[in-house]
Amino acid sequence: MFGLFFLFPLYAMADFSTRNLIAGGRTWRAWANLFADQALYQAIVVSLLLAVFTVAAMLVLLVPTMIWVRLRAPWAKGLVEFMCLLPLTIPALVIVVGLRNVYLWVTYFLGESALTLTFVYVVIVLPFAYRAIDAALSAIDLQTLSEAARSLGAGWLTTITRVVVPNIWSGILSAAFISIAVVLGEFTIASLSGYETLQVQIVLIGKSDGPTSVAASLATLLFGFVLLLILSLVTRGRRNVGVTV
Amino acid sequence: MSLARRLRDSLPLLPFLTVVVIFLIIPTATVVVGSVYTDGVFSLDRIEALFTGTALSALLDSVLLSGATALLGAVFGAVMAWLIVSSPSTSMVRRAVLSLCSVLAQFGGVALAFAFLATVGLNGVLTLWVQQVFGFNLAGSGWLYSLSGLILVYTYFQIPLMVIVFVPALEGLREQWREAAVSLGASTWAYWREVAIPLLTPAFLGSALLLFANAFAAYATAAALVSQGSPILPLLIRASLVSEVVLGQAGFAYALALEMIVVVAVVMAAYNLLVRRSSRWLS
Amino acid sequence: MSVGTNGVGVQLDELTRVYGTTRALDGFTLHIEPGELVALLGPSGCGKTTALRILAGLDEATSGTVAVGGVDVSKVPANKRDMGMVFQAYSLFPHLTVLDNVAFGLKMRGKAKRDRLSRAADMLELVGLGELGGRYAKELSGGQQQRVALARALAIRPRVLLLDEPLSALDAKVRTQLRDEIRRVQLEVGTTTLFVTHDQEEALAVADRVGVMNEGRLEQLAAPADLYANPATPFVAEFVGLNNKVPATVSGGSASLLGVSVAALPGSVDGAGVAMVRPESVTVTADPAGASTVSSVSFLGAISRVHIMVPDGSTVSAQMASSAARGFAPGDPVTVGIEPRGVLVTRP
Repeated sequence: MFGLFFLFPLYAMADFSTRNLIAGGRTWRAWANLFADQALYQAIVVSLLLAVFTVAAMLVLLVPTMIWVRLRAPWAKGLVEFMCLLPLTIPALVIVVGLRNVYLWVTYFLGESALTLTFVYVVIVLPFAYRAIDAALSAIDLQTLSEAARSLGAGWLTTITRVVVPNIWSGILSAAFISIAVVLGEFTIASLSGYETLQVQIVLIGKSDGPTSVAASLATLLFGFVLLLILSLVTRGRRNVGVTV
Repeated sequence: MSLARRLRDSLPLLPFLTVVVIFLIIPTATVVVGSVYTDGVFSLDRIEALFTGTALSALLDSVLLSGATALLGAVFGAVMAWLIVSSPSTSMVRRAVLSLCSVLAQFGGVALAFAFLATVGLNGVLTLWVQQVFGFNLAGSGWLYSLSGLILVYTYFQIPLMVIVFVPALEGLREQWREAAVSLGASTWAYWREVAIPLLTPAFLGSALLLFANAFAAYATAAALVSQGSPILPLLIRASLVSEVVLGQAGFAYALALEMIVVVAVVMAAYNLLVRRSSRWLS
Repeated sequence: MSVGTNGVGVQLDELTRVYGTTRALDGFTLHIEPGELVALLGPSGCGKTTALRILAGLDEATSGTVAVGGVDVSKVPANKRDMGMVFQAYSLFPHLTVLDNVAFGLKMRGKAKRDRLSRAADMLELVGLGELGGRYAKELSGGQQQRVALARALAIRPRVLLLDEPLSALDAKVRTQLRDEIRRVQLEVGTTTLFVTHDQEEALAVADRVGVMNEGRLEQLAAPADLYANPATPFVAEFVGLNNKVPATVSGGSASLLGVSVAALPGSVDGAGVAMVRPESVTVTADPAGASTVSSVSFLGAISRVHIMVPDGSTVSAQMASSAARGFAPGDPVTVGIEPRGVLVTRP
């Protein structure tokens, strides 16, 4: 019974986006627009790039930090955890309001591209990524692993990339996939900062071309769904792919 | 541990802290400061303005929206979570449902708006169907873009969020407790009344609070649906950012954002308290 | 303080439990005398827990009957069977105090608050935890939690007490202490008890009779000493106590091994086989002309084990008081013999 409530709008989206309003019958025009419409296509590319950059930045920033905290600075654990979970309490909307000044400065140095959103996005995905990586780090004996590696002559970089990372792979994948989903779906910050990412574009188009927006939205949902489904298949165990608890 | 040593060990943490400070702490601080300093002068005018006219009604409507959807989401979500937990834990269906819930709950703000437009909007699939069969226009009054429409759409992502947050609590309900209760003479109803419900209540209430905070801070869906007017707080913030002339005061957005942080922080603090108790029991 | 129930007998007859293609229980029959403590012993998967759960009503047999005090209870739901159960772990309700936990069963039976709290307090005294009534489960050690679970099960004056591996999750030292406690309490209260465990030392130490199970069937049911000295099947002989395996030949009810002839227990094969000899039945005498040599001595506290290499190259272990073992050192020549007790000879 729940299935009906939830799946119906999704079906409606599929139907709406493929309907030929003029001649009746079905058409794939709306879906083709995902590639044909320049502005939309650009936005898709931008969002995908943003997702990739955000994941890369997040991993580079977060993984070494968390490993370091566990090994050498346990007193900082509380601080790091607090910082990572803070974005849950500070809504994106609030961040974007206060972001103006910071971004004047950022665009001065790094230009106008939407890719500068990467930094903010890294902050937004912190809660999800932190949980995933923390769970994975807890499951291995980090101390022993790194000491073994170091005693065999490995430097820090090698230790992290060759020894630790392969062992927390499921946590990293988890963090990466969720981050991708978050970035692709993000609207608040991008739109109020004036950048044209996928979601922003969808809303803009929505005013004039309903079916295409619906098609793009459905595509976003499906993509996210597939990502998370793959994730749940790849990671054993019941620990949830979810949010805050 | 010597100070020098501690400083040296903190160095690698610097990149992380820098990013967080610049892109999280500073914006937040800007908001807080900006709400009480107008043109360099300390003044509580903006804060006062929060409790009048448009701002107050937006706040109340936001509270109403969040409360209603939190309640609906909590109740229906709990039932759905129960259904999921009762099915075998590695079944494909269960994984698919949980993944779907994740997507709908957190990453689909804009997409959901369009989903509903496609369903019950002016040219929506359901609208047209109902028009054909029953003859009346479901979307006629544009109710989708009003508070009641928002309640419906928000519930659509509140229920999955409840599922995600509540399923772990349900899974923490050990079978041994039920069996112990039964062997001591409890009927099914007595087990629920004396054991299961007391154990689940903190988790349930905590989750409901989380739902409230989630709805209160949500922006994307409302922004995509409602292009004119500002019935709720987040949209009022949009208005004051986009046009600097709302209520005749530039920077009013800061005060509004401050209001938002305060409400969310209070709710999340309460949520944390409840979750701590519940995880002591259920994990 | 009034404790005690009139013990009732338990009759499990021809219980069979099939899951898909697995037979967890296969024609299992067990009769427990009133007031008796029977231990069900066996490896994982032998069906002992299944049998207990069927008796409790938490599981249903595919066929067979369960009777308590002569009355068939197969169709009676679990919450009406009036049995107390102690689980392996984590069964205390985390949101209730220890006292409220113990009083839970009485609350289900509608007893007045004052009565049930006072009875609960009595039961806590019985298990030695009188002052901990106000605590919560998380604040107690594993051993304490199980004592509370025991008090909780006994508070309702059950007709039968069921213990499902109650000590398996505890540390070794706590385990020994607690099993004696459980036995003491059970004797004092007099409730008919079924105790399931995979630890043979535990079973032998607490039970009036021990039932050894294997693959859904009862292999032997006997008093501990009996089970130990006269195992009925090779499985029982292997599972209970330590064994030396010594080549032997059986003819006419006698087994000949290590140059000595002893009785062969019923169940032994005829002709050439392997005899199961307890270490304490092996005798060792220092003998300069002896054909065997001491290979090592293991000191185990009150007893020691002397490991000896016998002429055919295999090793035999002899168990004796440590004072006696002091005279032996690796390399000493010795003669090995056997006490005149029956041995079970199996196929090689």
